[in-house]
Amino acid sequence: MFGYYLDLAVRSLRRSKVLTALMVLAVALGIGACMTTLTVLHVLSGDPLPGRSGSLYFPQLDPRDTVGYVPGIEPPEQLTWIDGMNLLRAKRATHQALMTGGMVPLQPAQTNLDPFHANGRYTTADFFPMFGVPFHYGSGWSSAEDDSKARVVVISTALNDKLFGGQNSVGKTLRLQEADFRVIGVLGDWRPDPHFYDLNMGAYADYEEVYLPLSTSRDLHMEHDGSVDCWGDGGGEQAKLEQSTCTWMQFWVQLDTPASVADYRSFLQHYAEDQHASGRFARPPTMRLRNVPQWLEYKQVVPSDTRLQAWLAMGFLLVCLINTVGLMLAKFMRRAGELGVRRALGASRRALFGQLLLESGVVGFVGGVLGLLLALLGLWLVRQQPSDYAKLAHMDSAMLLTTFAIAVLATMLAGLLPAWRACHIAPALQLKA
Amino acid sequence: MNLPPIIAALRKHKAGVVLIALQIALTLAIVCNAIFIIYSRVENVQRPTGMDESNLLLVEQQWVGAPSGDDAASIQKQDSMLREDLAALRAMPGVSSVTPINTIPLLNSTWGGAVALKPGTDLRGGDARTVFYYGDDQVLATLGVHLVAGRNFNAGDVTNKAFRDNSEPDVVIITKALADKLFPKGDALGKGIYLNGDTKPSTIIGEVERLQVSSNSSWVSAFTWNSTIGPVRLNSNFARYAIRTKPGQLDTVRRGVSNLLYRVNPMRVIDDEDGVRSFADIRAEAYRADVGMAVLMGVVCLILLAVTAAGIVGLTSFWVGQRHRQIGVRRALGARKIDILHYFQLENLLIAGVGAVIGIGLAIGLNLLLIQNFEMDRMPVVYVLSGLVVVMVLGQAAVFVPARRASNVPPVVATRSA
Repeated sequence: MFGYYLDLAVRSLRRSKVLTALMVLAVALGIGACMTTLTVLHVLSGDPLPGRSGSLYFPQLDPRDTVGYVPGIEPPEQLTWIDGMNLLRAKRATHQALMTGGMVPLQPAQTNLDPFHANGRYTTADFFPMFGVPFHYGSGWSSAEDDSKARVVVISTALNDKLFGGQNSVGKTLRLQEADFRVIGVLGDWRPDPHFYDLNMGAYADYEEVYLPLSTSRDLHMEHDGSVDCWGDGGGEQAKLEQSTCTWMQFWVQLDTPASVADYRSFLQHYAEDQHASGRFARPPTMRLRNVPQWLEYKQVVPSDTRLQAWLAMGFLLVCLINTVGLMLAKFMRRAGELGVRRALGASRRALFGQLLLESGVVGFVGGVLGLLLALLGLWLVRQQPSDYAKLAHMDSAMLLTTFAIAVLATMLAGLLPAWRACHIAPALQLKA
Repeated sequence: MNLPPIIAALRKHKAGVVLIALQIALTLAIVCNAIFIIYSRVENVQRPTGMDESNLLLVEQQWVGAPSGDDAASIQKQDSMLREDLAALRAMPGVSSVTPINTIPLLNSTWGGAVALKPGTDLRGGDARTVFYYGDDQVLATLGVHLVAGRNFNAGDVTNKAFRDNSEPDVVIITKALADKLFPKGDALGKGIYLNGDTKPSTIIGEVERLQVSSNSSWVSAFTWNSTIGPVRLNSNFARYAIRTKPGQLDTVRRGVSNLLYRVNPMRVIDDEDGVRSFADIRAEAYRADVGMAVLMGVVCLILLAVTAAGIVGLTSFWVGQRHRQIGVRRALGARKIDILHYFQLENLLIAGVGAVIGIGLAIGLNLLLIQNFEMDRMPVVYVLSGLVVVMVLGQAAVFVPARRASNVPPVVATRSA
């Protein structure tokens, strides 16, 4: 029966080519626009570390003075050195890492390469196990290297390719900021998007090329880049960042169970109260503990233009579908005579309804295929844009299936009313004429 | 032409009528909001920065191996490297003036801060927010901004300080917009203002006509024209230079400037792509998202209108076919061609009118939603009205073809059985 209905549907669609083309085009345009914007939105609001992000938390404290205080104000989005170090040493979580970033001058040993600045991350040892960073060669460092301000460095695959031709470079020497560093690890393929652990460097920006111990970076006076927010007499001078009243550190902790989250929350609250009691925190003690999804939501990482475009495209799809309902209604009602004959010959309303719905499904399928091509074209256009997330705009298999499902389902939904109306035509009236 | 028969006929096609009306309503709502978005973006993109934007280059470079400390010796070393570069750039053929600069309009690298009339009031307590530009005595000439009151900086005003040193300059030039905000009586010249909560005043020695702040994001929209210029060379291990070239020399200077700087001191990094940019590039980069959004909105509007028109043509054609015989009867009873044409036109006017009324409500609702979620402004009524005109005209244009076909139905049809 399915095959017969399919045949009927194709025949009927071919009979009125212009109307069919209009319907298919409307569905395709709607689906194409919708899927392009939804794919971009899907990519940008993706989970940076699937399976892990729910148990990674970002503690926030408010060490600022009372100038500008209003009740309920959000604490700063980074920590001071003192608070970061206190929380790090408390070791209340499964893993914890204190970090910041900067550009590191790199002098390649190869004479054919000019010196350049590498994008660096200065962090404590837990960064690698906590974020589940894969290694191609070697490994990260331990807290012993943190304590001894060791001159060790972990490099990205891209940098390893550039400097060492992709060879195992563990044990080789890298010259950073006029000092020799020993390469102890080469990262595997690792690029969580967005760059959740430090959004100040651009949410979809390029990734770090060198990772080295935080203590070493301070020891060698490496340049700190990123946001520095100071108050009171804090000057933000590079050399005095440890003592100054400025927030400039990111601190992440891993908390695996709800109980440990609750414990950490109360620990943070007590810490804030202690600091307030001792006079270091001028404001009433406050703290926040957000995990990665909450943090990305709070920071509104997805550009508002992207969300606006997605809404616009969905409105567009809605109009296209209403249009398809109208055209389908015209098409089905025009065939009242034919349907009357089929009814008179014994086809049940159900059968007729099924047949018409299948016909709209065919329109949806063809529209979906065309819409998919349009969406691929749309994504290609997005990738030509220079914004830093543009290169991420690719369709994955989930979005591909969604495209088809939406196209076929939406068109069949659009076919419901016309099909229902058409199969309620009185057969006698049609046969008489 | 009587309305009652039309309404009576429409009652027989409830589904089709509702669909067309709904489609017109949604199209109206989306199109007038989209046009409003296009207009606000284009308005943003077109405003002048206040500089003479032609013949202007920005060079960004970083020294490798320069001292990075904030101690006096490092700062003096950094400053001598900076002055060495400036001297070389000023001697370059085709260059008319050069200034070191921390940032320029639309670069989206911003030194934000506050201005207050009382000492010791910082950002939250200050009288106005501002963005700081730091250059030397050639800064006004290089940027091409117009001094409307007071005097320009002279060589004696220029000082140097570490990049992160938060002491403030003794003298400043501010934009007229900022001066008028701080001193509504227009007597800003010679007055002292307190920058970033400083306890020592900086004296206003001049006012420039207009200078946009260095960002075009939404967070600066409240103080877009509040710029403050200080005569300070900022010392760090990197520097930016703004270069005004002689007319027609932009490309020559642009090509030669990296090599010149490498000859002065090879130990530096100048990015191949972004190291040397013309202001036109910076402007295009800053507004790329806005232009992209405007184009996208425009395309969507056009397609939306086309789809709606196609829908009207499709359904009206179907109605014409359905009423083929009735039209014949009317013609046989004495109706002229023009009467039939008018019948369908009026019918469409009625449906589109109802759709448009619903659409106005939807448009305003959509605008309120956008205001709530996307920091949009309230849409002026003129957009709704012009959207209304557009969809009504669209409806009439779309209905014309099927209506013409209907008017051509010959009266003889009435005598045939269907």
